[in-house]
Amino acid sequence: MENNWTQGLGQRKLIEKIFLSAVFASTALALVPLVLVLGYIFIKGAPALNFNFFTQLPAPVNEPGGGMGNAIIGTFIIVALSCLVGLPIGIFGGIWLALYGQGKRGFIIRYAADVLSSIPSIVIGIFAYVLIVATMKRFSAMAGGFALGIIMIPTITRTTEELVKMVPRSLYEAGLALGIPKWKVSLKIVLRTAWAGIFTGIMLSVARIMGETAPLLFTAFNSMYWNFRIDEPMASMTVQIYNYAISPFADWNAKAWAGSLVLVMLVLGTTVFVKKFSQRVYYG
Amino acid sequence: MDNLAVKETEKMIIERSKISVEQLNAWFGEKQVLFNINMELFENRVTAIIGPSGCGKSTFIRNLNRLHETLPKTRVCGKVYLDGQDIFNHNCCDVVALRRRVGMVFQKPTPFPTMTIFENVAAGLKLYGRKPKAELDQVVEQALKQAALWEEVKELLNKPGGSLSGGQQQRLCIARALAIEPEVLLLDEPCSALDPISTAKIEELIQKLKQKYTIIIVTHNMQQAARVADYTAFFLLGELIEFDFTAKIFTAPTDKRTEDYVTGRFG
Repeated sequence: MENNWTQGLGQRKLIEKIFLSAVFASTALALVPLVLVLGYIFIKGAPALNFNFFTQLPAPVNEPGGGMGNAIIGTFIIVALSCLVGLPIGIFGGIWLALYGQGKRGFIIRYAADVLSSIPSIVIGIFAYVLIVATMKRFSAMAGGFALGIIMIPTITRTTEELVKMVPRSLYEAGLALGIPKWKVSLKIVLRTAWAGIFTGIMLSVARIMGETAPLLFTAFNSMYWNFRIDEPMASMTVQIYNYAISPFADWNAKAWAGSLVLVMLVLGTTVFVKKFSQRVYYG
Repeated sequence: MDNLAVKETEKMIIERSKISVEQLNAWFGEKQVLFNINMELFENRVTAIIGPSGCGKSTFIRNLNRLHETLPKTRVCGKVYLDGQDIFNHNCCDVVALRRRVGMVFQKPTPFPTMTIFENVAAGLKLYGRKPKAELDQVVEQALKQAALWEEVKELLNKPGGSLSGGQQQRLCIARALAIEPEVLLLDEPCSALDPISTAKIEELIQKLKQKYTIIIVTHNMQQAARVADYTAFFLLGELIEFDFTAKIFTAPTDKRTEDYVTGRFG
């Protein structure tokens, strides 16, 4: 004989089953684009990949061979430049927000960081163009690094702030109670404790700006040659991929795929590496 | 006056005051938490501060190393003299220098999580000024021995501080405070997170340390105050109700409220 309670149980189990399968289906569906994109890039890009791709300059149209060596190096140089701009401002800004940013000034800065992070990257590119390219009267890697650096600032600032805030106040006080000056407690104890997490944030942000194209189009521009001078136009993978992809030549299109594959592998590799090896610090 | 009391009065005359507190008031925002505290803390003696939760015990000792004023919206007025020097006077007393003379151990063990045991003990010295490595080794060993932890950790100096047990972590924090060679040691409920065995170890330690240091211990545990302290102060609602020899506070308190508290009638 069934009573109300057991009927309720059966119904509840059914609802749970429906709900769970809906959740699983959605998850699987969300993974489809990821797998398709990665798979397609791999299929299209792998055949054009060879050793020369990493070491050689781009070849002229209709000439076989050539590679993206200069663009790969260029991307690394531009990312390094953007770190020079973005990391100090972002990290120190984040520390300030976490330790002294309770008042109105903190609110304004936090708000500004949020607004900055929602500005389209191409607009930041135009800003760098007007500020640096127009005044220097030529495209330069510097301008590209500057634009990407600005894109990094808000992410780094907010990540640093959140992680520094997570460090318990008791550690800060313990440092002060040892007669360590305030600024040293902030840097050597609080920041050091939060550092593992901040480093993860930095690497994720680096992985993100590595894939930016728009701000580089009219700042670092492009170059077909080896260039290590930061006050001259410099090739980057994203811009090179863009140029190759819109070209009408089959060989260049194939190279664009290969470039995409390398770029995706770099970004994905960075992300996976950081997620796997970044240690969390647990607070007793 | 019976014999014992006479003896104690005589003893009091030869006590040397290390810290003297005059008319100390403290606020959190609008709320006043300490009212006109006047008190002498004697050199090489253990003074216990007892009282119910929220009576201002912690705030009181956090004023002795000026940690109270690092919290937002706090205010202090009054005088605290350390060896005759006003600690709130910026002309004669720098706050960093003060905290090197007045060490502190907190309720919860606070080892620095990114540092090894060695680095934790050396932190105060290393982050203050450079010391040669050999000297540092010696100071760390000395501090850990004083904190009765050396035997347990001498093989583990490069392990993270957080890998020790709670009681060991607390002794590590005591060692860390001792490494900077303070004159006064503030203990803010150092045993409240510990088991009875660790507690006994730390109490034993306090007895040894008072040969060298002036110790002020905040405690919720009246038996603990009775066991370790030479003097006891009873706080209630931000006021100092009574301050006397520990034996006197627990056996013949002058104030009715003290008696009620130590006999467990309230609090």
